[in-house]
Amino acid sequence: MTQPYRRPGIALAIGAALVLTACSKKPETAPAPAVAPGSTPAATSTAASTADSVALAAAARAAATRDSSARVAAAREASLRKVRDDSVAAVRALASKTAAELKQALLATVYFDYDKSDVRDDTRGALELKLSILAVNTSLRVRIQGHTDERGSDEYNLALGQRRAAALKRFFTDRGVAESRIDVVSFGRERPAAAGDDDATRARNRRGEFEILAGGEALQGPK
Amino acid sequence: MRGGFRFGMVAVSFAAASVRAQDPARGVRIGLTYAPGTKPGVVVAPVAGPFGDSVQAIVQRDLDLGDRVTVIAGAGVLAAGATAGVTPNYALLARLGAAALVQCEPLAAGKVRVTVHDVGAQRAIESRELVLVAPAPGRPWRLSVHRLADEVERTITGTAGVSATRIAYVRAGRAWAIDSDGAVTEAMSEGSALSPAWRPDGGALAWSAIGDAGSRIVVKDLATGRSRILSATPSGLNITPVFAPDGETIVYAHGREEGIDLWAARVNADEPARRVTVGRGSDNTSPTVSPDGLRVAFTSGRSGRPEVYISDLDGTNVELLTDFAFDEQNYRAGPDWSPDGRAIAFQTRVDGVFQVAVITLRDRGVKVLTNDGKNEDASWAPDGRHLVFTSNRTGAAELFVVDVESGRVRQLTHDRGARLAAWSPRLGAPK
Repeated sequence: MTQPYRRPGIALAIGAALVLTACSKKPETAPAPAVAPGSTPAATSTAASTADSVALAAAARAAATRDSSARVAAAREASLRKVRDDSVAAVRALASKTAAELKQALLATVYFDYDKSDVRDDTRGALELKLSILAVNTSLRVRIQGHTDERGSDEYNLALGQRRAAALKRFFTDRGVAESRIDVVSFGRERPAAAGDDDATRARNRRGEFEILAGGEALQGPK
Repeated sequence: MRGGFRFGMVAVSFAAASVRAQDPARGVRIGLTYAPGTKPGVVVAPVAGPFGDSVQAIVQRDLDLGDRVTVIAGAGVLAAGATAGVTPNYALLARLGAAALVQCEPLAAGKVRVTVHDVGAQRAIESRELVLVAPAPGRPWRLSVHRLADEVERTITGTAGVSATRIAYVRAGRAWAIDSDGAVTEAMSEGSALSPAWRPDGGALAWSAIGDAGSRIVVKDLATGRSRILSATPSGLNITPVFAPDGETIVYAHGREEGIDLWAARVNADEPARRVTVGRGSDNTSPTVSPDGLRVAFTSGRSGRPEVYISDLDGTNVELLTDFAFDEQNYRAGPDWSPDGRAIAFQTRVDGVFQVAVITLRDRGVKVLTNDGKNEDASWAPDGRHLVFTSNRTGAAELFVVDVESGRVRQLTHDRGARLAAWSPRLGAPK
């Protein structure tokens, strides 16, 4: 530990900010269907029984809506709690790191599945950490490099690399990081991390690398 | 427009062969009988004077690599009295299996008289003077000997050879060009270059330069040696340029973060690039323009896995080219339109490994040409008969040439790491 950080209070505040950022992009809960009594087709002569059944139906609908709203609210609450917990954990982890460790976390390579550009579930933790670092260090600008293994067409691999870099960028911009802070570039299979054509080597070459363009001199943890 | 008359030759019988050479542009050529699939025997007579041996050797090798004739060499040739200026011993040549005799007689001022004899008819069917560019044995001189060999092949078979060509390719991240016979290699780019492509007149190369921040389309004028960035190139990914037949339009793949589409830009016009494909977020790369300049074939991932599609050059009338059930887990890419417009070479996976294949546009018949190792990124020779491609059959990536008709394969580079080849058009005399 070279740099002391003041911890929990601020960390939680930033955590909350991240939660807000994250929430703003969550898909909205489907609005409860409006109960619209007036929209029932006009019943005329068979008045009483029809009116009764309409009323019953309306009541049932209302009850169902209440139930489903409750369920949705509960699910949403749970989801929020999870995001909050994750973010708090991420920020706590962040706060305990030195500048060198922060840089290492920011520059850590993330890997992709064969022929895929989706962000892999097992890389989300690492990306959350990078997101936290980007959130705290607002003058930080990075470039994301997309790379592929040597299978596939050399030319089409450049497209795949671009797609991977763009997918990583989108992970951050979807969570509130400004577009202008992240550049993307593809090297296809042109700059492999390791030489060889076995599966382990290929897995190491299917990757996104991070490069600091600006603001990386003294990375800050939360204050 | 090359290739319009390539298959339009009229074969006449040996006896009726005329000495009169006709204008090849009229689509008729009188020569020896040439039946596809047969390879007439040819003797190249010893050539006198300095570098005469080199001329004979280069012409013999070019004719051999052309795959249309059988070169007859050895002691018997001398016994036939086959030297320039001497009346050939036609009977002996015939016994050696020769249908034609080629004599090259050095003249003053770097000229050489080339005479082609019809052994069956026992007479010369063509005699002309050609200039060999001094000094021997420099690159321009070698190229002029290749042109001589290509003309001899035209006289004998009706189709000019393709030895006066070069193949641009990539090794160690830079662009190079190698003579078609593999003799001379020259660096074409100083820095990063991928996917080199020739201008149809052979006077310029375009490629994609991959930099730390992105890629750019570079056009290099080979006469002046000057390179410049295609001004219409926006930032982001800019790859796989090709020239349209007009020599002025470059079609390339461009994208940033929402997919990659083909764009067309004019090299010497100050105007924005025109979008060709509408991939809606998919990746579209590696264009190749039809010889008539109307259509473009390209690799696209629009339906999931990469496939080869064709569309009009304005992006309309898109159709899937390679929709045959060949392999469940396929991946087809890297199309190259043949100079005669009739076929497209591409790569397809066979048992999970890329192989070079050719699809005929008329009947969509597919012929896989390779099976030894991984074979990819094929490019047509101007004769529409040979393809250069990348293969790892020797353990490292090298360029190979295949004769589509006979299946004969030869190794072109010995570079370890040569790839992304583009065969030049026939190269004329330097201006």
